[in-house]
Amino acid sequence: MKKLILTTAVLALTAGAAMADVVRMGTEGAYPPYNYIDDNGEVAGFERELGDELCARAGLTCEWVTNDWDSIIPNLVSGNYDTIIAGMSITDERDEVIDFTQDYYPPTASVYVAASEGVDLAGGVISAQTATIQAAYIAESGATLLEFATADETIAAVQNGEVDAVFADYDFLLPVVEASGGALMFVGDEVALGGGVGMGLRESDSELRDKFNAAIDSMKADGTLNALLAKWFGEESPGY
Amino acid sequence: MFEYCADPASLAGFKWLSCYLTTGKHMGLYWAVGTVLLLLAITAPAALLFGFGGAAAARSHFRPLSWFGKGYIAIVRGVPDIAFFLFFVIALDQGFEWIRHQIKCPDWDQPIRQGNDFIVCAAAKLPLSSSPQVYHEIYGFFLAVLTFALVFGAFAANVLYGAMRAVPHAQIETAEAYGMSHRQAFWRIMVPQMWVYALPGLSNLWMVLIKATPLLFLLGVEDIVYWARELGGMKTPQFTDYPHADWRVWYFLALLVFYLAFTHVSEIVLARISRRLSHGQATLAGEKQRKGPRGRGKAAA
Repeated sequence: MKKLILTTAVLALTAGAAMADVVRMGTEGAYPPYNYIDDNGEVAGFERELGDELCARAGLTCEWVTNDWDSIIPNLVSGNYDTIIAGMSITDERDEVIDFTQDYYPPTASVYVAASEGVDLAGGVISAQTATIQAAYIAESGATLLEFATADETIAAVQNGEVDAVFADYDFLLPVVEASGGALMFVGDEVALGGGVGMGLRESDSELRDKFNAAIDSMKADGTLNALLAKWFGEESPGY
Repeated sequence: MFEYCADPASLAGFKWLSCYLTTGKHMGLYWAVGTVLLLLAITAPAALLFGFGGAAAARSHFRPLSWFGKGYIAIVRGVPDIAFFLFFVIALDQGFEWIRHQIKCPDWDQPIRQGNDFIVCAAAKLPLSSSPQVYHEIYGFFLAVLTFALVFGAFAANVLYGAMRAVPHAQIETAEAYGMSHRQAFWRIMVPQMWVYALPGLSNLWMVLIKATPLLFLLGVEDIVYWARELGGMKTPQFTDYPHADWRVWYFLALLVFYLAFTHVSEIVLARISRRLSHGQATLAGEKQRKGPRGRGKAAA
């Protein structure tokens, strides 16, 4: 086996150069309905269908890879994959480090979910996923922020009473609240955050960004993007 | 997997569980168990090799080599594992790509560092971005083995360095009195005898190595802890045929059993090796073996 690994490593080191362009699509795989791992262990969700369609329209061969949310930007800039398509909102801070395509999902609403009515959202303990716009918002809101590496853990923290409420995208929390059978509920008001969801690319990759921008344009124009949004986020989701 | 799994919602009890535990996703978990075992199987001898090299270098009479060995031991032992795994692997990966870039694309005129981006020509990518996913995974695994071997090699080097010094000096002097060269005395007298002194330290390292495998996920290799977290997390009915609440506690319980069983088996095997190594040694355990249980009774009397 060791020999096998060595040989393949050597093969990988010496393999030839000119081959078809493969675009590696980096996603998190833990944020339904945007992206998640289905029962077969494959990447699925809104962004999987969207990404496959965009690649088809741009004439690219795409391959899906998953990466921790925490290190998703460092691994993009060091070239381990070529795009981030992981429900990432376009913000100024991120835009300084990477480039974004135009948005394929309009600015999203973020909401609080708690186990009971009347929790103190302004001064209580709120969970959010690390390095998200929601975490940044809570940090400035005056409430105590408790960060978790995955979105799933932020909900578990509400269920076991570690925090008063979780703050995340409405679309992510809606299926969770529905499935909880009344144990979890929306509290407080919706908050509009971010500049829409787009694909992240390296700043030096402007050619690839233009290709994806054109593909998103064509999907917006013929209504397929709206159909996809309605399928994954419900009919009342804001379209284009 | 089974035919009756077509509609899991209608199943209950054992049948449901048999379908649930054989989804493609769970296969990822079982595959990860194999990955972890394979990593250990390759890393342990590799780390031992690094350790032996480091210890031999540190003992060397040739000053620069000795400095190199001691430097390796001191630096790697002093840097926190997690920093090492986060920083070193990206640096190593970029280092490989940089070298390939220099060789394969000599007429490249753009800078490699553009702001935050690290850009080498497409032919220097490692693995090539056009190669199938499996190569990327093998490459990630290879980086993981190398990093683990380097880190644990430094600790092993320190253990072996101590073990070499623990071999009674009279043994070496006797060997040289018999006309053995420095090298002969090292390989024929010191190395065979040092293992019994090294074993307690090495067995500690092995245990720590087993428990350190979850660091794999930092390197992009999907290990069992990643899958336990992913599979155990709450699943809502929209996105799976097998919705369930937060079951992480059960998955982590299974991991607990796995690691405990694994370390327990390791202890048994290590105890056996220790017995064999003590055979004929001038140590307390070796003496006991020589005299046997009855002999010990006589000695006490």
